[in-house]
Amino acid sequence: MTSQESPSVGQPPARPLWRRALGPRLRAAGLALPLVAFVSVTFLGPMLSLLTKSFHDPEVADALPETMAALRGWDGQGTPPDEAFAAVAREFVAARTERTLGRTANRVNRVVSGMRSTIMGDSREMVDAAAAAEAAGAVTDGAFWRETMIAIDPRWGGPEPWRALEAAGQRFTARHYLKALDFERGPDGGYVRAPEVWRIYVPLFWRTFLVSLGVTLLCLVIGYPVAHMIANSPPKRANVLLLLVLLPFWTSLLVRTTSWIVLLQNQGIVNDFLVAIGLIGDEGRIAMIYNMTGTFIAMTHVLLPFLVLPLYSVMRSVPPAYMNAAVSLGATPFQALRRVYWPQTLPGVGAGCLLTFILAIGYYITPALVGGQSGQLISNMIAYHVQTSLNWGLAAALAALLLGGVTLLYVVYDRLVGIDRIGLG
Amino acid sequence: MRSSGAVVLSVVLVAGCRLAADPPPGAAPGSEAGERSITAVSYGGSYARAVVRGYHESYTEATGVRVDLADFQGGLAQVRAQVEAGVVHWDVVDLSVAEAVSGCDEGVLELIDPAILPAGPNGELPEDDFLPEMNTECGVGNLLFSSIFAYNREVLTGPPPTRLADFFDLERFPGRRGVRRSPEAILEMALMADGVPKDRLYEVLSTPEGLERVFRKLDTIKDQVVWWDTSAQAPQLLADGEVLMTMAANGRIFNAQVLEGQPFVIVWDGQVLNRGQLAVVAGTPRLEDAMRFVQHAARAESMAGVGRYIAYSPARYSAEKLIDRHFETGTEMWPHMPTNPANMKNYLMTDWQWWADHGDEMLERFAAWLAR
Repeated sequence: MTSQESPSVGQPPARPLWRRALGPRLRAAGLALPLVAFVSVTFLGPMLSLLTKSFHDPEVADALPETMAALRGWDGQGTPPDEAFAAVAREFVAARTERTLGRTANRVNRVVSGMRSTIMGDSREMVDAAAAAEAAGAVTDGAFWRETMIAIDPRWGGPEPWRALEAAGQRFTARHYLKALDFERGPDGGYVRAPEVWRIYVPLFWRTFLVSLGVTLLCLVIGYPVAHMIANSPPKRANVLLLLVLLPFWTSLLVRTTSWIVLLQNQGIVNDFLVAIGLIGDEGRIAMIYNMTGTFIAMTHVLLPFLVLPLYSVMRSVPPAYMNAAVSLGATPFQALRRVYWPQTLPGVGAGCLLTFILAIGYYITPALVGGQSGQLISNMIAYHVQTSLNWGLAAALAALLLGGVTLLYVVYDRLVGIDRIGLG
Repeated sequence: MRSSGAVVLSVVLVAGCRLAADPPPGAAPGSEAGERSITAVSYGGSYARAVVRGYHESYTEATGVRVDLADFQGGLAQVRAQVEAGVVHWDVVDLSVAEAVSGCDEGVLELIDPAILPAGPNGELPEDDFLPEMNTECGVGNLLFSSIFAYNREVLTGPPPTRLADFFDLERFPGRRGVRRSPEAILEMALMADGVPKDRLYEVLSTPEGLERVFRKLDTIKDQVVWWDTSAQAPQLLADGEVLMTMAANGRIFNAQVLEGQPFVIVWDGQVLNRGQLAVVAGTPRLEDAMRFVQHAARAESMAGVGRYIAYSPARYSAEKLIDRHFETGTEMWPHMPTNPANMKNYLMTDWQWWADHGDEMLERFAAWLAR
């Protein structure tokens, strides 16, 4: 050890310089290793595996391999060859007996709505037909099944259910993304925009974007003067004011959100007060919660500290002398604010707004609790597909679109303002 | 609180059961009986209290197996998620027939051997004693419940609503409506109120035009609807005056009337009857205890036990005879039962086959309609 650490003068170094520097660097990197491992295991891994589900969906292909093979050469016109009838009948009957068909039917139904009832209803009769044929010793070949299936349900005599099966059997697919953009499979098998009444995701993306933008602007309008006041107060008062900003920040999100329910509901404190002072009648209580208003109020309140804090730390670094100088040189207070103070706080405005906006765009619990039906955002739909409908492919596609949108915004922001202009003080 | 506690508890117990799967050599069989438990899942509130009194307690007494109660709000989502993840911590679930049949088709529920069904108190054979269509491959019938609408006499003081159509009539009865955030029963009610004859109702509902019609009808009340998720919310909304009328499960309104003395009135016209079943989650490590639990719950005495706490009709004829008065208040039960002929002048029996095949599509359509 000692001889290596103090090489004698004139002796060439034992190892090249970069190699000697490698050890400490590796050791330093080693310190970050737990973090890297933690992030990979708990964040990157699950995220990538979920995002993969948005374009890789092998379930139907695995459940109906023979059908998929028989449909491979089919041109999508008329009906497929007899082998396809035989294969589908064999696999439906087998899957029904093994009680796995319900799952497969659910997956096909996600491609073309209505297919679950078609498959489950028709396959019940196909099981009976197979049993009857076996008892009678009849041949159950493709021609038999073509006739039987079309007799059970004439729809099998047209291309639609076959196209649905074929589409659901694609292992790698864009269908989840198309659905997330409100496209659905048309009768000819191509994707067309869904009829307006069934479009939900694109309007929800818009709503989420606009609500996030609105909440961010509201936070800025409310937060800017607050941050200014804190930054320019004597230290003691600034501490108290800062505490007032931080106190709700430290309170549980659920507690804050449910407090708004107590305040804003129909029989709540605000409405009771307004009725008591005679401003509104008992019949005219204002609906302030379980709608978009509720989402706006509660989200603005919850997200306000995320805008005030970066603003405050940037404003503290703005010397008050500049404003004094501007005013003494003849600027009106407004001119001084607009041309001297505001530009210097821009890094804080940028940081705070970007932070608030990105948090708002993924907001989920607050709209779920106080948003009612009209105040739901895209994250609530993602949660619905993860927890209730268990359509993880669609949830992943929606999440990927949201992630892509936020990344795009970040890039645009970087181009327009420059990310290095973001300052947290 | 209770449900998450039960879930945590049952997860711990699953681990415990796995460890205890191989009894130590020399241990007498059944010596660990005091530690065995199963998790039975139900709809919470007054109904959960009724099933605990009705058969959870007597099951534990008879077998020594503890029953942990967990709450849910119906539907197969959690069952599917548990089976898919391979972590089954629920054992027995209270489902509608349609849900049990769907779950059976998907293999997320265990098949139940009809041979385990017990005979009635006077030796009645199960195949004759159960009401028609109560049992399916994966589900054992336990009761009939009804979706009705109700109002609060103290809030609705004018001429009272008497017909199902009044629920959708905002002109004669202006005010908010409570509706369960689920397509079940409300689709049927909307179509009946829109004048579709009952015998053609599911046929109409199966067509795109019928679906459009039902949502058009629901559109007429949409901005007046307060959506509720748990059955216990419905009587609460009525009591608070948040809604003028609400759709509800009849037993919840009964409990509020009888136990809390609320001035609620049920409108039985157009009631939508449905069958409730118990089912066993596929792959549960406690299969034997779970099956024994289902068997125990299928006794006429168990059903009568529930029927003496909450106004849901039992699934067996022999149990009907055992129900007279409410256990605590002494109220006559039969006038409040959904299958009482006086309440059945205009009713619809839910077509479980239709819902088993179309349920998921309806959920999807309904979610889309709600979101727009």
